[in-house]
Amino acid sequence: MSGYFKDLFGGTKSLAVGLGITFRYMCKPVVTLQYPHESLKMTPRYRGHIELVGDEETGLPKCVVCGMCQKTCPSNCITLAGEKTEGAKTKSLTMYTLDFTKCSLCGQCVESCKFGAIDFSKDYNLAGPRKEAFIFDLLKRLEEKS
Amino acid sequence: MIPLPETRRVFTPFIIPSLIALPVAGFGLYALWPLLPLDLWRVIIALIALIAFAAGNAAYLVWLERKVCAHIQCRIGPKEVGPFGLLQPLADGIKLMTKQLIVPKGVDPLLFKVAPLLVLVPAVMSFVTIPFSETLVARNIDIGLLMIFAFASVNVMGLLLGGWGSANKYAVISAARAVSQNVAYEIPMLITVITMVMITHTLNLRDIVLQQSGNMFDWYVFRFSASPLLWMSFLIFFVCSLAETNRAPFDLGEAESELIAGFHTEYSGMGFGVFFMGEYANIVIGCGLTSILFLGGWQCPFGLWPGWWWFLAKIYFLIFCVMWIRWTYPRTTLWGLLNLSWKVLIPLALINLLLTGGWLKFWPMLMGAQ
Ligand code: SF4
Ligand code: SF4
Repeated sequence: MSGYFKDLFGGTKSLAVGLGITFRYMCKPVVTLQYPHESLKMTPRYRGHIELVGDEETGLPKCVVCGMCQKTCPSNCITLAGEKTEGAKTKSLTMYTLDFTKCSLCGQCVESCKFGAIDFSKDYNLAGPRKEAFIFDLLKRLEEKS
Repeated sequence: MIPLPETRRVFTPFIIPSLIALPVAGFGLYALWPLLPLDLWRVIIALIALIAFAAGNAAYLVWLERKVCAHIQCRIGPKEVGPFGLLQPLADGIKLMTKQLIVPKGVDPLLFKVAPLLVLVPAVMSFVTIPFSETLVARNIDIGLLMIFAFASVNVMGLLLGGWGSANKYAVISAARAVSQNVAYEIPMLITVITMVMITHTLNLRDIVLQQSGNMFDWYVFRFSASPLLWMSFLIFFVCSLAETNRAPFDLGEAESELIAGFHTEYSGMGFGVFFMGEYANIVIGCGLTSILFLGGWQCPFGLWPGWWWFLAKIYFLIFCVMWIRWTYPRTTLWGLLNLSWKVLIPLALINLLLTGGWLKFWPMLMGAQ
């Protein structure tokens, strides 16, 4: 019999505690982000697809077309080409495509680049109607950005 | 390929007939105005107003429920359709009305169609005797309390027939659960009502509220001179009304995880919508009755701005509590639910009844002896 009353009072008390907790949460500020209207700033270590890094002054790609990234990529995502221009010390980039459909975001390419010419982007809003939409012309993207 | 189950489709979006019916009905009422006695008009107008009240409540309580639940979970809830999502119920209503009504093959054609009405109509009828203020009542009946409980039991029948008529195993299981639950909780509820009637000496809801006039301590929950156990009656009554309206944590009839949507699994479009309206109308009635019996109906605390809005304020406060409870507790098991009724609420209600009877008998004698 004493167990019955203990259950009764204990149960009632726990119910009241529960109500208190939910009431407190109801008064707390909203934590959800209204996604299409607002979006999160990604953390520094977030890995999106790779992106060419431009020179701060000229805005031209820092890439010297050494080809290391192309060679090191385990999935053969990167295709690049460059040419020697008159007067310049290094080759300049004429084409750089990334086949993002195969990329596993392993980061080998970024690590292998001794010139800091590629980095991960913070782009997470990727969607496309067909596979070809994910073959990116990174050179064009860099030009559009600068 | 697996063939789709055969269904009889009814392509009648509700909205077109109702657009035609509304002007016709309006003109009909206008033409009939001199023909019918004024007393009958009072009832007709009250009924129309009450149906509108029930429908508006159903629509906006869903909005409120979504907001309360969202804020308890630190979200915002509906916000896109209109300011604060206030037009969301309208959008939902139009969606429900334009949806196809599907009558599956094999259902009982009569019961399947009658069941939603059996849930909604008694709920609307119960509104007839609820006094919103001293004068604002559709029909002041001397046995108002009894009438509401009589109609409340028809509601269970609607659930049972809906489940049975659907010829769906989930619907039948859920209907059986809803009936066992309602039967179990009607007992402590009615015992508590007997306790209240012993104190008030009347079944007339208006008179019950009039007895509680004065300040806040004349409301029956706080009136310890009438019986020191009234707060317990209040709690028992409130818990039972939660269970009677099949609200969480007692929403076993609608256990989505086990029974899909419960007794209204097979209903689509407005068939489901009518069940929904009935459910919310029942919540309003349950909270209205609680505030009439215990919280003084339209009486205001300390003479502040007397008026019918106090009644609505109390109802919506109680409804808020109902929603708050829903979004706090998980659903009980059927076993736990019946245990709570048979082992806790019924004994407590009986003890409460006996003690109140003793108090009513001996307290005046003791007071008189001094
Ligand atoms: S992240 Fe890895 S897979 Fe993707 S392009 Fe760079 S090396 Fe290739
Ligand atoms: S490793 Fe760096 S510098 Fe070399 S080609 Fe790739 S991006 Fe250009």
